[in-house]
Amino acid sequence: MYFAKLVLRNTLRHKLRTGLTVLGLFVAILAFGLLRTVVEAWFAGAESASTTRLITRNSISLVFSLPIAYQDRIRQIGGVTRVSHANWFGGIYVSEKNFFPQFAVDAKSYLDLYPEYLIPPEQLKAFLLDRKGCTVGRKLADIHGFKIGDVVQLRGTIFPGTWEFVVRAVYDGAEAATDTSQFLFHWDYLNETLKQTVPRRANTVGVYVVGIEQSNQAAEIGREIDRTFRNSLAETLTETEKAFQLGFVAMTEAIVIAIEVVSFLVIFIIMAVMANTMAMTARERLAEYATMKALGFGPIRVVSLILGESLVIALAGATAGVLATFPVAEWFAAKMGTLFPVFNVSQQTVTMQIVAAVTVGAVAALLPSYRAATVRIVDGLRNIG
Amino acid sequence: MAIPFSYTAKNLMARKLTTALTAGGMALVVFVFATVLMLQEGLRKTLVQTGSWDNVVVTRRSAGTEVQSGVDRAQAGVVESQPEVAYGADGLPLVSKETVVLVTLPKRESDKPSNVVIRGIGPKGNALRPQVRIIEGRMFRWGSSEIVAGRSIAERFQGAGAGEQLRFAMRDWTVVGVFDAGRSGFDSEIWGDSDQLMQAFRRPVFSSVVLRLEDAGRFEALKARLESDPRLTVEAKRETVFYAEQSQVLANFIGYLGLTLSVIFSIGATIGAMITMYASVANRTAEIGTLRALGFRSRSILAVFLLEALLLGLVGGAVGLGLASFMQFLTISTMNWQSFAELAFTFTLDAGIVAKALAFALMMGLLGGFLPALRAARLNIVDALRAV
Repeated sequence: MYFAKLVLRNTLRHKLRTGLTVLGLFVAILAFGLLRTVVEAWFAGAESASTTRLITRNSISLVFSLPIAYQDRIRQIGGVTRVSHANWFGGIYVSEKNFFPQFAVDAKSYLDLYPEYLIPPEQLKAFLLDRKGCTVGRKLADIHGFKIGDVVQLRGTIFPGTWEFVVRAVYDGAEAATDTSQFLFHWDYLNETLKQTVPRRANTVGVYVVGIEQSNQAAEIGREIDRTFRNSLAETLTETEKAFQLGFVAMTEAIVIAIEVVSFLVIFIIMAVMANTMAMTARERLAEYATMKALGFGPIRVVSLILGESLVIALAGATAGVLATFPVAEWFAAKMGTLFPVFNVSQQTVTMQIVAAVTVGAVAALLPSYRAATVRIVDGLRNIG
Repeated sequence: MAIPFSYTAKNLMARKLTTALTAGGMALVVFVFATVLMLQEGLRKTLVQTGSWDNVVVTRRSAGTEVQSGVDRAQAGVVESQPEVAYGADGLPLVSKETVVLVTLPKRESDKPSNVVIRGIGPKGNALRPQVRIIEGRMFRWGSSEIVAGRSIAERFQGAGAGEQLRFAMRDWTVVGVFDAGRSGFDSEIWGDSDQLMQAFRRPVFSSVVLRLEDAGRFEALKARLESDPRLTVEAKRETVFYAEQSQVLANFIGYLGLTLSVIFSIGATIGAMITMYASVANRTAEIGTLRALGFRSRSILAVFLLEALLLGLVGGAVGLGLASFMQFLTISTMNWQSFAELAFTFTLDAGIVAKALAFALMMGLLGGFLPALRAARLNIVDALRAV
């Protein structure tokens, strides 16, 4: 009890220095938390992928499409429950800055395959009945103020022309990790228009989404689909939705790695600052430690005094940092718009923040503890800081 | 009268651990700051070198990238016959009708797939890009299933090295050479015969038309005519502008992320410097009193502590820059969101970045040292002399 009081008193002896160190830790832990959250947001698409959905695409690359005729042939393969298809539309809403993903989908089967997109029944009906209708995610609707009945114009980059849609439904995510920044509309609308304007590009789809009965059949069914179309003009590559999403992450891996490295650098920076604080503190108090030793306190007591103080400072900064991470992350997500469809501070991030703070506290106490523990009483008493 | 510089330097040496830790923290911040600037500069250099000022890229209107674009043969013919187009020594127009597609290839090391640009060039494609040289093997033969790979693609992707084979679009393509494009974006591409690639990919249209202007100043006239021609649905851009726009998002992302990180990190390092300088003042209170009693002005004391803080910053900055300069050996390759394809670029250090990084370090020192120095300068002589 007295010991804890002594630690606390020691901590408050240099109020300015302690205050500055806590402030530094606060900033560092906050930055660390945000960077970890950015890294996690990168993987969000893969995290929320279902294990019973496969993605079939053209084996050359995503830029190439597949004929619509494949749909029925994929459906015949054993273990396949549902097949839907989607085209990346890549339209521009007002200006390039307002990027959000748009897919032309076979609405009925697509929404069956994605039960995590929750749409009220009457909105769903309205959407399915209107060929020019679209459904938008809640997050997207909030950002651009889309309401039911609004007309939305997109300028096509892949499919030329200006395209008009009527918002018929807004979907919510079943989980926090569900991407609600998408814009879905009817593939039929796209296809019928293409038949008029660019007939050679009609009747093609970007990817097939294949629902399967059991996730352990994924590899087998994927191989079977690819075998069906081998040596055709459009060979396919089928992988699980997770692998498909991870493929995107892998392409920008360098950025993810850079952010991860930097997130640990900030911890090193604050470690240097913190170690400096403890080194100065211990140097000033060397005579006190010698006095304690002369009174009969063992080196362990002295060491735990320094370690205790270091940890108290580290945890004070960490607590403030962790608490601030949530509102700052929310603000950041709002600022970033749809760049990160999912941006949540996870349990793991908080744990890592606390572990990092404790490590910083412990490492910072290392060198001063060693000196205090090994100093000869006579030398220590002679020391004037 | 000023206090000698050696006093300041020796003070830093007196407490080596503290000096090292404070300067070390600053060095890491400067390292991050300089690295981000180097990355931005590298990206900019890569893209500036990709385009030529007197080349024009014609794509389908509002397509944005060559991969999304489509220009049919009739339209390409109209573009080719514009009067602004330069002619080569053989009397043929300097125009390359190109087809640009992406193929997914696995990387050599990680086996992870990434998108690579395959560019089918016309007979004048090489003449339009004088920076491209074959460094290994030879150029592909027209009318054959031969391709040449850019240096950074040949190094990093399976089957893309000279003498190896790639399979896509139901054909086996032999890589007969590797080319170097002077660290431009073309280093991240594979080139082949446009007609062969169009046939293999079953694409009846070109992706873009690249042409050389006879007179670089006549771009506006050409652009106006092409974009108002009712037969055409194209837009024309200078090649330099075209490639700069391609990576706008990536450049902005690196810039914003780097700036935010540098600001946040510098707060930490400045606090570190402040703690050190406050302690330095506190430890030397009696010394400061003595100096004052000897007749040194308070402004000399202020200068001495500011100088110490600046020196600390300078050491940190120099170490940070030293670390950052090693990054020049690294090549970053990532997917460019806009073109959806792999792009390789390096960290580039230049005098401007060195100056910026050092200024940044000195500013951290100054900000951290100002308040403690002010306290030192304002100490009362009698009280200071009494301090132990």
